[in-house]
Amino acid sequence: MIPPEIAITVRVNERDYVERVAPRLLLSDFLRHQLGLTGTHVGCEHGVCGACTVLLDGAAVRSCLLLAVQADGARITTVEGLARDGEPLHPVQEAFREMHGLQCGFCTPGVLLSAVELLRDTPHPDDATIRRGLAGNLCRCTGYQNIVRAVRRAAELLDRR
Amino acid sequence: MKPAAFEYVAVRTTEEALAELARDGQDARLLAGGQSLMPILNMRLATPRRLIDLNRVGELAYIRAHDGGVAIGAMTRQRAVEKSALVARCVPLLADAMPWVGHFQIRNRGTIGGSLAHADPAAELPAVAACLDARVTVRGPAGTRTLTADQLYWTYLTTTLAPTEILTEVWFPTAPSRTGHAWLEFARRHGDYALVGVAAAIMLEEDSVAEARLALTGVGARPVRARDAERRLVGRRPDDAALADAAERVKQVTEPQSDIHATAEYRRHLAGVLTLRALRLAVARARQAPPVTT
Ligand SMILES: Cc1cc2nc3c(=O)[nH]c(=O)nc-3n(C[C@H](O)[C@H](O)[C@H](O)COP(=O)(O)OP(=O)(O)OC[C@H]3O[C@@H](n4cnc5c(N)ncnc54)[C@H](O)[C@@H]3O)c2cc1C
Ligand code: FES
Ligand code: FES
Repeated sequence: MIPPEIAITVRVNERDYVERVAPRLLLSDFLRHQLGLTGTHVGCEHGVCGACTVLLDGAAVRSCLLLAVQADGARITTVEGLARDGEPLHPVQEAFREMHGLQCGFCTPGVLLSAVELLRDTPHPDDATIRRGLAGNLCRCTGYQNIVRAVRRAAELLDRR
Repeated sequence: MKPAAFEYVAVRTTEEALAELARDGQDARLLAGGQSLMPILNMRLATPRRLIDLNRVGELAYIRAHDGGVAIGAMTRQRAVEKSALVARCVPLLADAMPWVGHFQIRNRGTIGGSLAHADPAAELPAVAACLDARVTVRGPAGTRTLTADQLYWTYLTTTLAPTEILTEVWFPTAPSRTGHAWLEFARRHGDYALVGVAAAIMLEEDSVAEARLALTGVGARPVRARDAERRLVGRRPDDAALADAAERVKQVTEPQSDIHATAEYRRHLAGVLTLRALRLAVARARQAPPVTT
């Protein structure tokens, strides 16, 4: 027997959605398939790669390890929510563009959202703190050097705001 | 890599969770932070018929001073434990080990109760609990019981909890004065499970060891308390010869297994090296330790 769908209300990127979801639907798939927010990427679906990282009530979490039903009543920020279309980029995005912190871009949404929380907690991180903070986000392209530079630069840009 | 279908219920109280478990027992699974269970479901290593979600049980999320120690509710996020000033002051070993549990994104969701109940043989918190003689509170249909780590852990990924029971709280004693603690581990990348991890606590009186505690993770099916090495330290001056002697003893008595991450031989080597370093650090900290009050 297929378990019944459950109604949920979520606020994603400052917009409210009322949706019905199967209990087994992952939050990552809900965002991508049901809401069409394909900026959240899916790499491993067991919590290791970090590509699916989103902010849940302000905290960076793996959306592949959450059920959509669990997000009922929560506020979620995906990479699409960092800057609206037509508006200037978020300082963290701006820093990644400037410092070449991405190549293919697959890991980038997860890295950006992790960096947002990292810099909120530690506004002036040293390199070791940046590396430890982003150890949970795997990148196959950059070799990480420019990602570390970009986060350092993002700290400067956030300081100026 | 999607979970098989299951029914889902989000309970609000421990009572409700117990009632759900009593009804479904074997077919149901408790869902805490999901940082171990969700990968298992996604990979279909388990296909429970029903998930009982504890994330809305507010009464299980707290950190408070209690009975000469610190009591922590099972659903307290690992990240909250990491950031707690009370934990840092009263249970410094736990504060020391916490940042080693996965990545901060994992600790934002993962709970202390889930980590203790999951019983991964390479996890940090079970070894911390063993080292400090922590007590876990377990509630079930027959009432409440209190267990030591030794009584809780059975073997790989297996505790002595019945399927109808819930781990509700863990209690750590406040560190006595003149005591130093250290958690050290080695992993290939930060955030990976440890190949070997060592928890050490040293209490000094004058300049000799009044009490020593040593527990290891990654060297067996459950957390290992190195009691023989502890006994060798008591009454001795904690000079390098004494510490090396204890580390050598740990090396001799641990019987790690080989797996894809490391050979048994390498793990035994790490157990010796890390024990020595953890003991040195604990002794240095004990010499500086101010008296502690809860
Ligand atoms: C990428 C990654 C890296 C990680 N690295 C580490 C690491 O280095 N060290 C480490 O220790 N862990 C690590 N973890 C695991 C993480 O710490 C988990 O949070 C923890 O093992 C389980 O806690 P949870 O709250 O997420 O529980 P869940 O995953 O929800 O549950 C785990 C199991 O415990 C049971 N359970 C949960 N709560 C209770 C309870 N209160 N009473 C009875 N049974 C219960 C569940 O039914 C389930 O069987 C990592 C996880 C990931 C994804
Ligand atoms: S897809 Fe979620 S961590 Fe890899
Ligand atoms: S930029 Fe390609 S994976 Fe990171």
